[in-house]
Amino acid sequence: MAVVVILVLLAAGSVLFHLLSPWWWTPIASNWNYIDNTIIITFWITGIAFTAVVLFMAYCVLRFRHRPGNTAAYEPENRKLEGWLATSTTLGVAAMLAPGLFVWNQYITVPQDAAEVEVIGQQWLWSFRLPGADGRLGTSETRDITPENTLGLNRNDAASLDDLIIEGGELHLPIGKPVKVLLRSVDVLHDFYVPEFRAKMDMVPGMVTYFWFTPTRTGTFEILCAELCGVGHPQMRGTVVVDTEEDYQAWLAEQQSFSQLSASSETSPAATIAAAAAR
Amino acid sequence: MVDVRSGIGEALPPPEVEDVELYHPHSWWTRYVFSQDAKIIAIQYATTAIAIGMVALVLSWLIRLQLGFPGTFDFIDADAYYQFITMHGMIMVIYLLTALFLGGFGNYLIPLMVGARDMVFPYANMLSYWIYLLAVLVLVASFFAPGGPTGAGWTLYPPQAVLSGTPGGKDWGIILMLSSLIIFIIGFTMGGLNYVVTVLQGRARGMTLMRLPLTVWGIFTATVMALLAFPALFVACVMMLFDRLLGTSFFMPAIVEMGEQLQHGGGSPILFQHLFWFFGHPEVYIVALPAFGIVSDLISTHARKNIFGYRMMVWAIVIIGGLSFIVWAHHMYVSGMNPYFGFFFATTTLIIAVPTAIKVYNWVLTLWRGNIHLTLPMLFALGFIVTFVNGGLTGLFLGNVVVDVPLSDTMFVVAHFHMVMGVAPIMVIFGAIYHWYPKITGRMLNEALGQIHFWVTFVGAYLIFFPMHYVGLVGVPRRYYELGEMAFVQESVHSLNAFISVMALIVGAAQIVFLFNLAWSLRHGREAGGNPWRATTLEWQTPETPPPHGNWGKELPVVYRWAYDYSVPGAPEDFIPQNQPTPGLVTHETAS
Repeated sequence: MAVVVILVLLAAGSVLFHLLSPWWWTPIASNWNYIDNTIIITFWITGIAFTAVVLFMAYCVLRFRHRPGNTAAYEPENRKLEGWLATSTTLGVAAMLAPGLFVWNQYITVPQDAAEVEVIGQQWLWSFRLPGADGRLGTSETRDITPENTLGLNRNDAASLDDLIIEGGELHLPIGKPVKVLLRSVDVLHDFYVPEFRAKMDMVPGMVTYFWFTPTRTGTFEILCAELCGVGHPQMRGTVVVDTEEDYQAWLAEQQSFSQLSASSETSPAATIAAAAAR
Repeated sequence: MVDVRSGIGEALPPPEVEDVELYHPHSWWTRYVFSQDAKIIAIQYATTAIAIGMVALVLSWLIRLQLGFPGTFDFIDADAYYQFITMHGMIMVIYLLTALFLGGFGNYLIPLMVGARDMVFPYANMLSYWIYLLAVLVLVASFFAPGGPTGAGWTLYPPQAVLSGTPGGKDWGIILMLSSLIIFIIGFTMGGLNYVVTVLQGRARGMTLMRLPLTVWGIFTATVMALLAFPALFVACVMMLFDRLLGTSFFMPAIVEMGEQLQHGGGSPILFQHLFWFFGHPEVYIVALPAFGIVSDLISTHARKNIFGYRMMVWAIVIIGGLSFIVWAHHMYVSGMNPYFGFFFATTTLIIAVPTAIKVYNWVLTLWRGNIHLTLPMLFALGFIVTFVNGGLTGLFLGNVVVDVPLSDTMFVVAHFHMVMGVAPIMVIFGAIYHWYPKITGRMLNEALGQIHFWVTFVGAYLIFFPMHYVGLVGVPRRYYELGEMAFVQESVHSLNAFISVMALIVGAAQIVFLFNLAWSLRHGREAGGNPWRATTLEWQTPETPPPHGNWGKELPVVYRWAYDYSVPGAPEDFIPQNQPTPGLVTHETAS
């Protein structure tokens, strides 16, 4: 009998915990409330299934537990019941999968007008690159990374020279504009993860990955690394600030371009020697 | 319906097998140490697996101490923490669960349940265990090697697994880990071929495939899957060893490590992930299918009712086994692979939910109108259903590609896989040990200790992992040595973490009660007799308990029926053993 009580308590307790607990996702700051909605649909369907199975078990144990004189029924199969259960399960699964795939299609279809931003991960630091006046990011290569050119930009690509580089600082984004985040790593796997944006993607050395989103409220948000990248993994933090358009433009004007940074580093003697050696 | 007479009279072994066909031990060493008896090998496998499993249990305590009370324990630094989580995961998945289900239960139950004298290749079977033991020893050695074991996470993702930012990456840790896995796979292959061939070739007369107990179906299908899946891991391990030792670049692109250009170039880290999960996802079902099979037999026996929908259950096992080979990339939705894969893998993953749900329905429908004896095996079976359904349903979140995006790499994932492939299969392992211990030792396990063990483990484990989902929902990432300051994490989440840690310590302690029970009952348990549960399957019908080498005495059993003739109307008892002819009685096989 204790079993019946515990099973009922467990089912009821799980539902109450879900409804009453203070632990829920952080308020969203991007366009991906579709994802939140799909999670809520999934919670409903799975919650009903879980409660039904556990309560049914509790009932069976109560009703059909062994007592002297009891015998079990002999019923090897019941085609009709099995078919009915399989069909309703398939429908339940389809009800979750269909919105899931629909939203996934949006997730991987980047809007034409999305602005490009590059995020570069390295143990254990975030860097960022924004296109300059030409609106294009120049090419880059891990092999080209040197102490003066820490992101490996291609000096021979004109599009690289005006790219704005933010090393270890804050990334700013304008509110309401879709942004395509290009992700690059120079050493190991990382993952650009801002809980408020819901979206995330691994960064893989040797390739460029991406995702897109539209920031929907201003504020300062924490960037975490979500893919184990060595002992410094929990310390790999960054900051992204969603600005109004004016604030964003003001911030943008303060950033230094690749050519500016190169010029300033070439004035230092060590860099001059290194550059000479490279030539 | 299945024909009772099928198989009899065809080219099958005679009922009397000459003694000379079996290797008989000549000394204590060949009887108990280098034994070729599958039952002894099973006990060796199980003992070794449980011993190394205790190491994983202690590691889980240390992990939870750090997560619940960060900064309190000086000896757990970041390096140690990552080494603990890596070794905990690897030991639990490979060296405990896989070895115990297949090497332990497979060896003990397959020959007995199919009515064979032993495995088909006893010598290779013996080698399988000793190679497994070597793999365990190499794994343990990494704890004592310079730099300690690898801290790359149990998934061992390169490049970090072989670089200096990860514990053991440039020391011995990763080398010993990869070597141990390679050795394990060699040993497993020898055992696995044995299990498959024995099921296919070693069955007693009348034991058609559709009369096999579901335990055998589960272990058999899981073994076939393991034989197909482990080679992918084998290849991945060899390639990563080459990358680490010979400077090849299978998984290594151009890399700048801490400001220094490495000599690697052109390799693909994602290739490793595909190979790993091509093994890794079937691995989930390599653990789950034996549990599915065993729990079906536990429920049927202790509810005194046939398993509901036996044929559907068999087909569900086979279909799940097949589908599990085309869902692997659902572990990689945010890995950076081609995003269009998401459509395919989300669809296949959610399709698997259908045969899995059918199994759940059939378990609970077996309880319906049963005669449920709330024995310890039944309690653990009920615990399995609850935790498996819970963990299986959260799989529908993570399998549904876009829902996975916010949840992946958070504590939600940790909670999900612990519930579904940690707690649930371990519930079955416990139930199975309480069920078969009387056959293995001739004595019953102590009931009172078993009750304490069950209630603390079941309720405690649920209280650990159910709330953990919500820690993940908040957004707390997994594999964080310490959370530090996170603006979006309320203070109460830290209290919840502390609660989870306390529960983990309590549940761990309950396992000591279980180990004590195993040892104590060996001498002091109640005498069990040959068939204490009044079960139908062949292992309970042996002439002697515990069964000696050769299992059956002079004559092999002949099988007349399926494994589930419980409470047959008109039968004198509420069970009819598989090897008992009942002329004139109408059962489901003769009915049609």
